Amino acid sequence: MTHSARFTGIILGGILPLVLLVIWQVLCSQGVFQPYLLPSPLAVLDSIVELAKDGSLWAHIGITMYRILLGFLLGVGLAILFGSVVGFYPLAQRLLDPTLQAFRSIPSLAWVPLFLLWMGITETSKITLIAVGVFFPTYLNLVSGIQGVDRKLIEVGKVYRFSNRQLIHRIILPASLPSFLVGLRGGLGVGWMFVVAAELLGASQGLGYLLVFGQNTTAPEIILASIVLFAILGKFTDALLAKVEWRALHWQDSLVHKR
Amino acid sequence: MLTLKTVTRTFPNGKMAFRDLSFEAQPHEVIGILGTSGCGKSSLLRVIAGLDSEYQGSILIDQAPLQGIHERVGVIFQEPRLMPWLNVIDNVSFGLRGDSDTNRKKALEFLQLVGLEGFERHYPKELSGGMAQRVAIARSLVTSPDILLLDEPFSALDAFTKMQLQDLLLQVWKKCQSTMLLVTHDIDEALYLSDRLLILRGQPGELVEVIEVTESRPRSRGSERLARQKQEILQLLHLTAEKTGEVQDDTNIWERHPAARRELSFKGLS
Ligand SMILES: Nc1ncnc2c1ncn2[C@@H]1O[C@H](COP(=O)(O)OP(=O)(O)OP(=O)(O)O)[C@@H](O)[C@H]1O
Ligand SMILES: [Mg+2]
Repeated sequence: MTHSARFTGIILGGILPLVLLVIWQVLCSQGVFQPYLLPSPLAVLDSIVELAKDGSLWAHIGITMYRILLGFLLGVGLAILFGSVVGFYPLAQRLLDPTLQAFRSIPSLAWVPLFLLWMGITETSKITLIAVGVFFPTYLNLVSGIQGVDRKLIEVGKVYRFSNRQLIHRIILPASLPSFLVGLRGGLGVGWMFVVAAELLGASQGLGYLLVFGQNTTAPEIILASIVLFAILGKFTDALLAKVEWRALHWQDSLVHKR
Repeated sequence: MLTLKTVTRTFPNGKMAFRDLSFEAQPHEVIGILGTSGCGKSSLLRVIAGLDSEYQGSILIDQAPLQGIHERVGVIFQEPRLMPWLNVIDNVSFGLRGDSDTNRKKALEFLQLVGLEGFERHYPKELSGGMAQRVAIARSLVTSPDILLLDEPFSALDAFTKMQLQDLLLQVWKKCQSTMLLVTHDIDEALYLSDRLLILRGQPGELVEVIEVTESRPRSRGSERLARQKQEILQLLHLTAEKTGEVQDDTNIWERHPAARRELSFKGLS
């Protein structure tokens, strides 16, 4: 991907949102929408600037990022632990996988009341909830990545009389990396969903809390500001992972990397 | 060097791949294995490579019974099977142990041999099919195996690249002095490369004929003697009409009377 190609990409992708923003702004200043229901983009921007000025914006963003980071790390850590055990050992798969699959079919938000009961409205309950959300996509992708490693490549290692450890380290792990990274990105996406849920349900700070605050004080511009910030942060963290993915998988012969 | 005594390979589902195979490979010999599709050639190589351990009969390497995967056996598969996340040089040194600097040097040497110097840093996705197969050849040769098993190594390549790689293989073979077992569908290739040809036929595959290729090396691809031997082999494999005037569609009879098979096939030779 060349620099100028990326630049044109940004320009092309930016046209539609920009046009929509302008239309939205015009309609608002024409008085088509009531400001107490749908404020104009500039008003939303204003409220963000306002929050930034009194410093509370950074606190909200900081605590939300902190929660998602810890939840993500916890979820991914557990996914690596369970995923590799289940992926490598058929016995472990037969023992663990059915149970994990059953847990997966529980809509994760159903855990919320239980977590609140056990851990109260604390950071722990929020982070646990996020970790649960992050765990499943990461775990599933890691397991399918490990089990989907081309048997033919493993045979090459066997011909060189690799030990099991060498097979894992030199063939299975690198070969399952693409699938694992897909899982990471999926997990992060779910993580953002869950941080909103966790903060909606009980928080005194954070972007999710801003949503509730906006609702309670009938300030739609604050709700919209929070939504916009979620969008920006979500996109930013995803781009970060995408960059890691691109670095780690440059050897992959896929369409994405030819773009 | 390598001895097989009445080796039979049966799959877990009861299907037999080949039956009662016996032969002995001398040091520095090239043995071609020819046979129709499904007669168990790949299965044979996998058994010798130690990748499949369920077989009857005995396999000896240097008089010692084969146990698992032998350290002096190398395999070149039908596909390159390169590790896509490693660049060319790391792929070549993939099977080497010990000091990485020495390994690199050795790998580089073999890359030169297969004519790929300058491509060390390329990744498999950036290689053509022929180049990838050359990397695979270098990877197998760099560990200097005493017995090299090749399963249709050139079958996916165009005629021109194929010939190049055949000559390359001969060149390396002279240098490394290894014993080679070459499975192929290509009779010309088998005749060009081998000292001896094993002809397998049937399902399960059985050894129907061993043919010495006496043509001296270096051989010419257009040699008349090789052409005559090719004719012989074609008859053995029942790919052309028999000159002896036997029934054309005799495969069914042969299927029903496997005992008659060997006799008839020898007759076809004379
Ligand atoms: N894992 C397996 N389980 C059961 N049967 C198998 C298995 N692998 C191969 N076979 C059967 O064994 C027979 C021999 O297979 P093999 O791959 O050795 O043939 P081949 O001579 O290499 O054929 P080709 O020339 O097409 O590569 C075939 O009939 C095939 O169906
Ligand atoms: Mg085969």
